[in-house]
Amino acid sequence: MNLFDIIFYFFALIVLVSAGIVVFSRNIIHSAFSLLFTFFGVAGIYILLNADFIAVAQILIYVGGILMLLVFGVMLTNKVVNVEIKTGTMHTLPAALLTAMTAGSLCGIFYATDWTIVEGIPEIKSTTNSLGEMFMTTYLLPFEVASVVLLVALIGAAMIARRDKSLQQ
Amino acid sequence: MEQFLRNIFDNDFFIYTVMAVVPLVWILPYALFVIWLERKVSAHMQDRLGPMRTGGWHGWLQTIADMMKLLQKEDIIPAAADNKLYNLAPYIMFAGSYAVFAAIPFSSAYIGSDMNIGVFYIIAVSSLAVVAILMAGWASNNKWSLFGAMRSAAQVVRYEIPTVLAILVVIMIAGSLSLQEINHQQTGWFWNWYIFKKFPFVFIAFIIYFVASLAEVNRTPFDIPEAESELVAGYITEYSGMKFAMFMLAEFVNMFAVSAIAATLFLGGWNSPFGDFLSGPFWGAFWFLSKGMFFVFIQMWLRWTLPRLRVDQLMYVSWKVLTPWAFVCVIGIGLWMML
Repeated sequence: MNLFDIIFYFFALIVLVSAGIVVFSRNIIHSAFSLLFTFFGVAGIYILLNADFIAVAQILIYVGGILMLLVFGVMLTNKVVNVEIKTGTMHTLPAALLTAMTAGSLCGIFYATDWTIVEGIPEIKSTTNSLGEMFMTTYLLPFEVASVVLLVALIGAAMIARRDKSLQQ
Repeated sequence: MEQFLRNIFDNDFFIYTVMAVVPLVWILPYALFVIWLERKVSAHMQDRLGPMRTGGWHGWLQTIADMMKLLQKEDIIPAAADNKLYNLAPYIMFAGSYAVFAAIPFSSAYIGSDMNIGVFYIIAVSSLAVVAILMAGWASNNKWSLFGAMRSAAQVVRYEIPTVLAILVVIMIAGSLSLQEINHQQTGWFWNWYIFKKFPFVFIAFIIYFVASLAEVNRTPFDIPEAESELVAGYITEYSGMKFAMFMLAEFVNMFAVSAIAATLFLGGWNSPFGDFLSGPFWGAFWFLSKGMFFVFIQMWLRWTLPRLRVDQLMYVSWKVLTPWAFVCVIGIGLWMML
């Protein structure tokens, strides 16, 4: 077992344990904060696989954005407005069936695929340059469409959050 | 430095550990010194003397005595607090602020990890601090803590936008996200520093970055998360002893981190202001640390001269002043680069 393997199993352990807490914890705020470690572990594995840009984007967007929004939502409803949020087990049978199907198909794909390991790929020096170039050339249309969609969502959110002037008078 | 260590030792793991611990050698004495300095600066600005007795000369032992007191203090955890999160928050806070130092070049010979996405990495990991603040505020089970945490999170998220746009201006000129590469491009006399290039766009970006970074580290005039007169101490109200010390340490470390980034991006980092005069790895570390300390001093100066902003003024500054001007800078630099 070399350093690479040790680091991989370390991060895999972080991901699995924290994801377990996310799912099994009765306390929703513990679940939300445990998600932090899951994202962190996944980012670590990305870096190990030489995908540094994706790893950092993962931390920036999921930890800095989505997790914060999640925690904010829970905090505002739970402590300020006094709504009790409970997590419990319900619909046991359909849930077990669905998860068994998903897990089964994932395992099936994992074993059925003929994994090939490509040896001797040159070390990637800079991922951002090639990513940027691809965004501006090959994938220009999807990139622009995605940004327009995000802009529309942003304007929509601002519209909903705006104070209604006709109601005020 | 990594190469140097590699020549002596053979163990990868050992080398990486040494590389990771080096910033601590600077951070811990720095925190002791800066806490004393903050008290002296605040005192002299208000025509007082500050700590004078401990240790003899101008109370230089004061912080060390304070640290001893904090170490011996009883660790009080409120009965209704969320135990796990309450204990975890100080560590995440410090981990987040220390992680930033992995990508900051202290000198031409030392950088924790010379990655290609250095600046982007710094922006991302600094968001860990907000998570820790929210965690501390929620776990304390105290209304002041909770309000302080919410204000802090809202403020940091809001001021991230002008900060990132101001950094983007430098990135556009440099064409690289690696801080070491950005430093190499500013070598030479001080007019090669980015702050003096493409005048006035980069200069405006620098001002925007500096103002927004004050808000990011919750310093006055943007210290409403810890506003003493309204919120006792904000998210650290319930903390005592070493856990409180961890939050204070993280706060002072963050102050240096944003100053170091400002120095690296805009003021040439470890480059000497006078060309080849006093340059080299060791003098590089000297120049870098002095530039960083200069900004830390300015932060203190502002703290003790400016009043605190109201929440609506805070919103106004971010959305209606800093963000539009940052966009102007980005567009201006973009057009200039195309010409």
